[in-house]
Amino acid sequence: MVVEKLDRRELDDEEVDRLFGALADATRRDIVARVLREEHSVSALARRYEMSFAAVQKHVAVLERAALVHKRRRGREQMVSGDVEAIRAAARYLDAYEAIWRGRVDRIVDLLAQDARPDDPRDAQDEQHD
Amino acid sequence: MTVVSTTQDTEALSLVIVSELTAPPQRVWQVWADPRQLERWWGPPEWPATVVDHDLRAGGRTSYYMTGPDGSKAHGWWTVVSVDEPRSIAFDDGFADDSGHPAQDMPVTRVEVAFEEIPTGTRMSVTSRFPTLEALEQMVGMGMLEGMTLALGQIDAVLADA
Repeated sequence: MVVEKLDRRELDDEEVDRLFGALADATRRDIVARVLREEHSVSALARRYEMSFAAVQKHVAVLERAALVHKRRRGREQMVSGDVEAIRAAARYLDAYEAIWRGRVDRIVDLLAQDARPDDPRDAQDEQHD
Repeated sequence: MTVVSTTQDTEALSLVIVSELTAPPQRVWQVWADPRQLERWWGPPEWPATVVDHDLRAGGRTSYYMTGPDGSKAHGWWTVVSVDEPRSIAFDDGFADDSGHPAQDMPVTRVEVAFEEIPTGTRMSVTSRFPTLEALEQMVGMGMLEGMTLALGQIDAVLADA
């Protein structure tokens, strides 16, 4: 099940670089969090931050290149919405890390199970190594 | 199921994995405190860990390496943040160069482990926090992914053994 999740990583190196570069900035992370919940206009976003409309527009452009957000026109406004799929890419890395810990927990269980089986030949082997 | 829950937070970049083990906290503590036991589970089967130093005291250092199928070694270290036997351990886990010195510009993961006594044994919660998404990606990318995929394939074999 977890292996399946790992196999679904389809971003190439360049896309991964763009994704991480885009999310390296706190304002951009904040923008992503907002537009994932609800579509915002660039001017509405600009009012949220202590920076110029142009600066916010620049952040949005970086996010757009990383395919984290989409822009569309609505009359004179530019509307920004989040790309759920791209956010899932971040989740996939957490899946992979989770798999590492699931493996560790399974091995701890195996180790503890050997307490109840003192005659296990693998224990005798380990003692020889010690 | 041994693992009772996992919680991923993609914004806070943290993972909590909670498991229930059929041994008392004092026994579970040993699998972390005893370097010979630690090295039997820290690395995946294809990348077994060798613990060189293990000083499980606040401020203490652990150094270890994992040996791959081709003989290459991946070095790592812990700096112990706090220890409350047998209730909790917190440490930073990072990568090291070939001589065991902490590697520059490599991700460091803060790991907090809590052991809670329950009627059937111990509830163990492991919380990992990453400073950046980049750190998480590096952590996963450091060859551990391949190792883990192999490890997952071997779990069934281990369980069939037991």
